[in-house]
Amino acid sequence: MQEGTVLPAQQVNRDLLRSILDPPGWFWPVVALLGLIVLVAFGAAGYMINRGLGVTGMNRPVMWAFFLTNFVFWIGISHAGVMLSAILRLSKAEWRRPATRAAEVLTVFSLMTAVLMPLIHTGRPWRTIYWIYTAPFVPYDFARGIWPNVRSPLVWDPSAIFTYLTSSVLFVMVALLPDMAVLRDRTTGIPHRIYGMLAMGWEGNSRQWKFQIIAGILLSALILPVFVSVHSIVSWDFSMTVSVKSWHSTIFAPYFVIGAVHSGVSAVAFVLILLRQVYGWQNYIRHEHIDGLARLLMFVATAWFYFFFMEVIFGFYGREADEIALRSFQFTESPWNIWMMIFVGSTYFLPMAIWLVRPARRNLWIMSIACISVNIGMWLERFLIIIPGLARKQMFTFDWGTFRPSPVEIIIIFATFALVTMLMLLFSRVLPLIPLYDIKEGDILKTEIQIGRRTVPATFRED
Amino acid sequence: MVTNRINHKWGMVVDLDKCTGCQACVVACQSENNLPINTKDSFIQRRAYEWIRIERYWEGEYPNVKARFIPIMCQHCENAPCEPVCPVFATYHNDEGTNVQIYNRCIGTRYCANNCPYQVRFFNWWEPKWPKTLRNHLNTDVTVRSRGIMEKCSFCVQRIRRGELTVERQEGGKLDHKTMGERNVLPACVQACPTSALTFADQGDETGPVRKYFDDVNEHEHHGDRTTRGYRLLEEMATKPNVIYLKKVDQFPLTNGGNHGG
Repeated sequence: MQEGTVLPAQQVNRDLLRSILDPPGWFWPVVALLGLIVLVAFGAAGYMINRGLGVTGMNRPVMWAFFLTNFVFWIGISHAGVMLSAILRLSKAEWRRPATRAAEVLTVFSLMTAVLMPLIHTGRPWRTIYWIYTAPFVPYDFARGIWPNVRSPLVWDPSAIFTYLTSSVLFVMVALLPDMAVLRDRTTGIPHRIYGMLAMGWEGNSRQWKFQIIAGILLSALILPVFVSVHSIVSWDFSMTVSVKSWHSTIFAPYFVIGAVHSGVSAVAFVLILLRQVYGWQNYIRHEHIDGLARLLMFVATAWFYFFFMEVIFGFYGREADEIALRSFQFTESPWNIWMMIFVGSTYFLPMAIWLVRPARRNLWIMSIACISVNIGMWLERFLIIIPGLARKQMFTFDWGTFRPSPVEIIIIFATFALVTMLMLLFSRVLPLIPLYDIKEGDILKTEIQIGRRTVPATFRED
Repeated sequence: MVTNRINHKWGMVVDLDKCTGCQACVVACQSENNLPINTKDSFIQRRAYEWIRIERYWEGEYPNVKARFIPIMCQHCENAPCEPVCPVFATYHNDEGTNVQIYNRCIGTRYCANNCPYQVRFFNWWEPKWPKTLRNHLNTDVTVRSRGIMEKCSFCVQRIRRGELTVERQEGGKLDHKTMGERNVLPACVQACPTSALTFADQGDETGPVRKYFDDVNEHEHHGDRTTRGYRLLEEMATKPNVIYLKKVDQFPLTNGGNHGG
């Protein structure tokens, strides 16, 4: 039994380009609303930059808080792109096709949002731009004998993240070439010219297809090390901190990478469900795709849970007074213990209970709840790593502290979600969020084979 | 600038048996180093500036209690955890054995403060303000830090520099441990301490007051082998501070209920 029908190519084009050529009426009001939220957050950030970081809730032991939590969260979301398009492409998972573009675009936008966070976090963004953000791009201020400190994880960070951003943008652009050409042929005037420029002379001849496929596979393979390194390096921001007991752990790199995949793939599943609903792409984003993502997530979630569990076990195993004090703060003191329970429940137990049941995996509402729950949990995970670690840094009990977010921080955090949604919507207005050619290719390769008395779906490949 | 620099290695010894917790050092530091006035709000927000602070710990159960005081300032670690993590080298180790902060290079990542086990780094969350009457009391030898900058104890580097200049320019003397020792260059906290609990001197000075404590602690890894009462804070972190604390095992331990004194 094959799910979904194989539609003629014109029909696929018409359906998938509907968001661009015939946008729905709610589009601009929704974008305007999201834009308003983002503007409010820019106002809040401006207020903070004007008045000083005192308007946040950060204090002496807790020098990193909401902004860095959010930074790690969005970097985590960005791991969906490579996971879905590169790894599944190399492993030839056929069900990935409609999910790849949305995942890659989500990668790019969440990375862009993530790099805003450290800027806001330092309080004087122009200095951070000058010293850190330009480091990967323009020559450093060597002439004045000033060098970056390459021992600092905060120098590794921008290098890794900007490498990732560059390669993700390239990845998206290569995959977009054929679709740009389709749009070029269906538009007139200025859009026609812009699409034409972006399509880079795509004609769809066999030579170009060959190059496009080779470039896609090469980029998939090259991006894999970056995929592992980015979140490892982000985790080293924490694990290189010798003074904070719960951060200084060798398990952090794999723990963070798998956690990033967990939250990222959940986010992509949610984005796909949304796209299916709002643009009526029932025939392209089918239950089998969401089901495939859910089954992938079951594995990822369990791997993540293993690392989480080990991290806690290692913490207790050392039986050092300061580590025990920290864990007791995390697990027993209100409200942290409540957040801890919410975090573990919503990251693992609730979604796993849903994913284990096939009808639940195929119910879009229930799947949405599971995916949102994972992301709430993963946000809390970073929060519960960062804050208690700092609040109970050493056994100088005189300096123990706590953290309470201020409205400015809360507004900015919420607005990052609005920002990513708005960017995704705007993207869907100009470029297709489901790859046209990939769907068509999948339709061509799709076939059914007889095994005994059963007919099963299969994909026919020559290679 | 002095022309004939000698290699100092500054060190401080804090005798906890002499400390009464009077906070004179805190006040002295506050006025010497242009620290903003700590208001009630800044304590409630946990954003008070105390380059040197007295930590007070209670020991024992009522009525059998003792107050313990530890003055904690920047430990000027040889292996300072704050140094490698700064992406812009705003904090580094100078050749006098002290850990220095370059204010106009700091971009405010606050990573150094996270990585400091002694929690002696202070961030300017607000633009510092002084009451009008205190504006003219600011020390002209010390930079006034703006907001968004990390700051910390500098072992009163301005006093060290002034001492060197006085020796070389005014007195025309040769800069060596002896003349510098005679100048008696002291940070504000050491100068203000009424019980002389704090001692500051050059570790390189063989006959100086701190040398024997550093030799003792450096040579004997275990507390049991030491001939003095010296120890370093969080010795197990191997940060090798240039501040040594002296503490005798309590002669009059709490008899019941309390923890083991010392």
